[in-house]
Amino acid sequence: MSELVVEKISKLYQGEPILSEVSFSVKDGEFVALLGPSGSGKSTLFHLIGGISKPEQGAFYLDGINITGQRGAISYTPQSPSLFPWRTIIDNVVLGLEIHAKPDYDRARTMLQKAGLSGYEEAYPHQLSGGMQQRVAFVRALLSPQDFICLDEPFSALDEFTRLEMQKWLLTIWEENRQSVLFVTHNIEEALFLSDRVIVLSSKPAQIKKEFVVPFERPRREELLLSEEFLKWKKAIYQELQGNHDERHH
Amino acid sequence: MRHRFSIMKRFTAKTVSPMLVLVLLLVIWEMSSRLLDIPAWLLPAPTVIVAEGIDGWGNYQHHLISTTQLAFFGFLIGATVGLVVAMTLHLLPAVKRAIYPLLILSQNIPIIVLAPLLVIWFGFGVMPKLIVITLVCFFPIAVSTIDGFRQTSYELLHYMHMAGASKQQIFTKLELPHALPSIFSGLKIAATYSVMGAVISEWLGANQGIGVYMTLAQSSFRTDRVFVAIFFIMILCMIFFGAIIGLEKVLIKGRGKEDES
Ligand SMILES: Nc1ncnc2c1ncn2[C@@H]1O[C@H](COP(=O)(O)OP(=O)(O)OP(=O)(O)O)[C@@H](O)[C@H]1O
Ligand SMILES: [Mg+2]
Repeated sequence: MSELVVEKISKLYQGEPILSEVSFSVKDGEFVALLGPSGSGKSTLFHLIGGISKPEQGAFYLDGINITGQRGAISYTPQSPSLFPWRTIIDNVVLGLEIHAKPDYDRARTMLQKAGLSGYEEAYPHQLSGGMQQRVAFVRALLSPQDFICLDEPFSALDEFTRLEMQKWLLTIWEENRQSVLFVTHNIEEALFLSDRVIVLSSKPAQIKKEFVVPFERPRREELLLSEEFLKWKKAIYQELQGNHDERHH
Repeated sequence: MRHRFSIMKRFTAKTVSPMLVLVLLLVIWEMSSRLLDIPAWLLPAPTVIVAEGIDGWGNYQHHLISTTQLAFFGFLIGATVGLVVAMTLHLLPAVKRAIYPLLILSQNIPIIVLAPLLVIWFGFGVMPKLIVITLVCFFPIAVSTIDGFRQTSYELLHYMHMAGASKQQIFTKLELPHALPSIFSGLKIAATYSVMGAVISEWLGANQGIGVYMTLAQSSFRTDRVFVAIFFIMILCMIFFGAIIGLEKVLIKGRGKEDES
């Protein structure tokens, strides 16, 4: 069980508003994508949820408990993989767990295997490709004791092919556990392909522009990306992001 | 096996040319001191030095042992003090702000000028010598360790904060391992400093040690013995240095370690 409620969060940096009254929620087992242009404040929102900076206004609730300013309440994958170079892959993935409890190496091994990383347990991060490192970071988030997962543009540094592979992989893994996920991206296709709901942010200051409930059924297949309907949705969100306020289409 | 072999090959390729140059220099030295009839008290030929090195082993062996012990224990104390100072300053930023500038400033005082004072205060025993070595060793270690802590990857720190790590966990799981390469570069500098410090402190007054052997050799114009002493000081420095590199290879993992593939 884990449900996140974001309530009227506002954040200033040097007197400049970055986030303004951002409110939304992620239900238990839901996969929500947060879509916004670069520099709109998506990472900032994660830092606030993670408690490393405090909002000027508003609060976060996880399963009804106020977690504003509290660290370590969510599991998190940063924008870059942020693996510890002196730790082997297996030691890296248990780190989130190690901070709060005793690491379970057997479970870690099973998860790495599912992530297609078996045989790399004793390797060091610099021996892995960018895509593999992202997978390791994600396995680390999955193994962390917190149920709610925040992913900050985990695939933005990858090429088009690897990215699609990673998205499909993420969906397969997620289908098994169905943990609540808040996924930040600035890629419309990615948001639509992965999530149950897309929340569109405006920038300077970031405000919630619109919410789209994605109707595609799961499990999702690659073919979906080329379907007529998918393109129609993509266009609608694109127009929303462009600030086209002609909303009669919806 | 192939792996071993390729390391061997790289090793030889790297060492062959400097070895050749060294041999060439020695040959030139030998030839010129023979052909030009340079007096032995001015510049003895390499063969003369080697002969003295072998024949005189019984004369200087105890000096060698004494200096090795002095340098070793001085280095241990210096390294410990350096690490403790660095960790204290890192964990107590307010203390660091107050003390760090003074620490840097104190290094403008050459240790050698302090040595007579130390002799006045502590006499000619082991104590002032260990203090000299500690003083020259702790500084490079403290500075490079503090630098290592300061350069902790922002991204990794960020992850640790988000994951809810405590200050102690951040220190042991992130800052300390992250600073290890810097700590080792400090240790390497300090290792050679410790031998130098030991010899210098022996010059000031001692009854044994390479420093003493050197002063005696110099005052009796036994230049060959001075060279023997210099040779052993170099060897000692190299052994210390090599031991630290060996330890580094064992302790530093992942990136930062020299790539072996
Ligand atoms: N520590 C900080 N101090 C001052 N300004 C900051 C700070 N962190 C972020 N900002 C500002 O807040 C804004 C939002 O930054 P943020 O990193 O949250 O954007 P983002 O949506 O994650 O962008 P991207 O998609 O490029 O990752 C930017 O304009 C940035 O300049
Ligand atoms: Mg960002």
